[in-house]
Amino acid sequence: MRFRELTRPLGAGIVALWGVLAAGIASAETPVTAFTLDNGMDVVVIEDHRAPVVTHMVWYRVGAADEPWGQSGIAHFLEHLMFKGTDRIPEGAFSKIVADNGGQDNAFTSWDYTGYFQRIAADRLGIVMGMEADRMRNLRLNETLVATERDVILEERNSRTDNDPGSLFSEQLRAALFLNHPYAIPIIGWRREMETLSLEDALAFYERYYAPDNAILVVAGDVTPAGVRALAEEHYGPIEASGRPPEARPQEPPHLAPRRLEMRDARVRQPYVMRLYKVPAFEPETPREAAAISLLVDILGEGKTSRFTQGLTFGDGPAVGAAAWYSPTARDDTSLGVYAASKPGRTLSEVEAALDAEIARMIAEGPTEAELDRVKSRARAALIFAQDSQSSLARLYGSALAVGFTVESVQDWPEVVQSITAEDVRAAAETWLRLERSVTGYLMTPDGEAG
Amino acid sequence: MRFEPMKSLAALALTATLALPTAADAVEVQELTSPAGQSFWLVSEPSIPIVALEMSFTTGARLDPDGREGLTRLVMGLLDEGAGERDAVAFSAEADALSARFGFSAGRDSVTVSARMLTETIEPASALLAEALSSPRFDADALERVRGQALSGIASDETDPGAISQRRWFSAAFAGHAYARPTSGTAESVGAITRDDLVAQHKRILTRSSALIGIVGNIDAAAAGALIDRVLAGLTAGEPVAFAPPETEIPPGQTVVDFDVPQSVVLFGHAGIAREDEDYIPAFVMNYILGGGGFSSRLMTEVREKRGLAYGVYAYIAGLDGAPLYLGRVQTANARVAESIAVIREEWARMAAEGVTEEELAKAKRYLTGAFPLRFDSNAKIARFLVGMQESGLGTGYIDERNGLIEAVTLEDIRRVAARVLQPDALSVVVVGKPEGL
Repeated sequence: MRFRELTRPLGAGIVALWGVLAAGIASAETPVTAFTLDNGMDVVVIEDHRAPVVTHMVWYRVGAADEPWGQSGIAHFLEHLMFKGTDRIPEGAFSKIVADNGGQDNAFTSWDYTGYFQRIAADRLGIVMGMEADRMRNLRLNETLVATERDVILEERNSRTDNDPGSLFSEQLRAALFLNHPYAIPIIGWRREMETLSLEDALAFYERYYAPDNAILVVAGDVTPAGVRALAEEHYGPIEASGRPPEARPQEPPHLAPRRLEMRDARVRQPYVMRLYKVPAFEPETPREAAAISLLVDILGEGKTSRFTQGLTFGDGPAVGAAAWYSPTARDDTSLGVYAASKPGRTLSEVEAALDAEIARMIAEGPTEAELDRVKSRARAALIFAQDSQSSLARLYGSALAVGFTVESVQDWPEVVQSITAEDVRAAAETWLRLERSVTGYLMTPDGEAG
Repeated sequence: MRFEPMKSLAALALTATLALPTAADAVEVQELTSPAGQSFWLVSEPSIPIVALEMSFTTGARLDPDGREGLTRLVMGLLDEGAGERDAVAFSAEADALSARFGFSAGRDSVTVSARMLTETIEPASALLAEALSSPRFDADALERVRGQALSGIASDETDPGAISQRRWFSAAFAGHAYARPTSGTAESVGAITRDDLVAQHKRILTRSSALIGIVGNIDAAAAGALIDRVLAGLTAGEPVAFAPPETEIPPGQTVVDFDVPQSVVLFGHAGIAREDEDYIPAFVMNYILGGGGFSSRLMTEVREKRGLAYGVYAYIAGLDGAPLYLGRVQTANARVAESIAVIREEWARMAAEGVTEEELAKAKRYLTGAFPLRFDSNAKIARFLVGMQESGLGTGYIDERNGLIEAVTLEDIRRVAARVLQPDALSVVVVGKPEGL
């Protein structure tokens, strides 16, 4: 993210959005239209005529997990450099032109995708489309720009990660979870590699991946599909396809051994245990798998009625807070997280044992029908509330399509979720919540308990 | 590729400003009174089957008794932890069953209640919300659990450079006044809170006379009035809040809080300008140009774009009731803190002395007027905006008038307000980290 939206790389925002998608978003009230340009660029149009404004997004199906070995952070660095200028847009003027037209713009990078967006009055859509299409192929950079912006991303790493022991700990956990897949590497990059990122590295990544057939256009707001199609054909249509989708990434070998970490930091005041499991993401052939995991995580660790909150934090429970999270929007096998923070005077091993007991009970007994009904009902509500924000809907569709959903599979998702049974949820817990697929970490004070 | 060249982009922006759709096209605000006499603002928006209700009670954590700092936040945190016949779990399960979402929060000058409800379950959902507001149980186990969460947060804040900088800045700026105290309290003050404290504070902070209400969604005036009365039925009218604003001036200076992190957090600011001041709008435009305008602002250009000193730097007008503020923040590597602060002070002084250029003012107007409709693209955002207008003492007509007020700002207005507000020597600066060369 270029500025201000300091969500962590693990993306609390994206996880929350997926709570919404777990609900599904197909609905009669929000017409969604999809088509593909001749050069392979996918287009999604989400109509919302309440206000005369539009959200325009271009998503590239490439992210930090596609970086050349040793160049960690280059996908995100390029995202910053994309604002620097082209032959037609003077140096540093991109965002200023958007602002000059009463618009806002920003961008974000994940492991699987890189997105650029503008929010602007609907009659200015052609202007931002022209600018976005221009910088898909015509970026102009120089050494001075690159050197200054590299300092900016190093400060961004300081802000996001190095100043916060919890972020450093999460980074260590992911690196230990993935044995071979580049999901092990932080989006922002490892500092020593970030310091060496060059103009050539950025341009090589740009030229390899930034092309219409690797991109998805999402337009949400006060527009019609025909109007968007005409503008998209005018601005993006003339750009040549690359014919080269991103390569498959190195995949994980079998996970045979549970991993354990302990990290101590003088800045820690609230110790906690966090565990990541490697689990499947959404797969078009087997959507029920990800749907069952989504509901499982909801029942275990979302909100006051969850098993973790009641089992670990109520009464004499050992934890002050507990949660679980999972996002099915990933191209490859992804992570499911569980977390609990200890009450004063209680140990992390006690807390971990309590988490394990809840997981074991879920594997043995499955959820109750009441629990299953509750999370399904929550999912249905999320579906309706999601319609209130055109930019959230645009992000949902963009992220889903970037990792392998189609518009149809996004719209079918709510039905898939509603069809999940208690036994599906129990079986998902048994299949995926296995210690050998996981890494467990304790974040502690320097003089905290020994592991 | 047919691309609008730069010149025509700029020209288009200049000429099209007046043709922009206005926010008012999308939003028709009604100022209404419920059958029980509660005033509220409504926007009927029938296209999706949801209702957003936003309420602000102009009381806030400034009313925490001495030695009980954190009490107001704890009350708000406990409203949905059991109410009426339901304990915490039963309450949460019922909200899920009704597909209702409630949020409660506390600031220095107000407490906030946000609700999103489906049209089809709005009666039982609003009745459930009414229980939370009027009959919170403050059960002993819920109190201990939420107190534990609060204490955990306070402990974590002790080593969070951003939180440290906030606490230090406000305690130095308002020594001896309620604004000096952290809204989350201290371990000692939160530890001392009793159930009786909660019961008493609940009555003080949630009163009908302090409520400002915005409601947006698929609901008409009559149904909205009935809804408001149902939600507020159990609250007392309450007394006007007696609150004395700070009398002393914010002492200028630079404080370094030694803390072992690679990047320092710097909070800086001084007295600002009140919302009701006749120069507020010029100050708002000035702030956009100096530090509020994202990538377009002078601070961002000088600190980030030209020098790579920081990921972000910004300034903003902060509206404390009794003490208007102008604040800013930057995070920068320890070795470059001195340079960052020097650049910021220089920009402060330059704008105070010279004002802004004609081009800067024109660009600010184009952005601020053109982007105004972006604030009205969701029911929840509109509801918050309605409450914000009421907090600022504005009328419903403000939405129509606002862009005209921005357009009317002159270079001389900005020069006057910049010279008045921006006082580089008055800056109170708190640095948390291991800065070099300060």
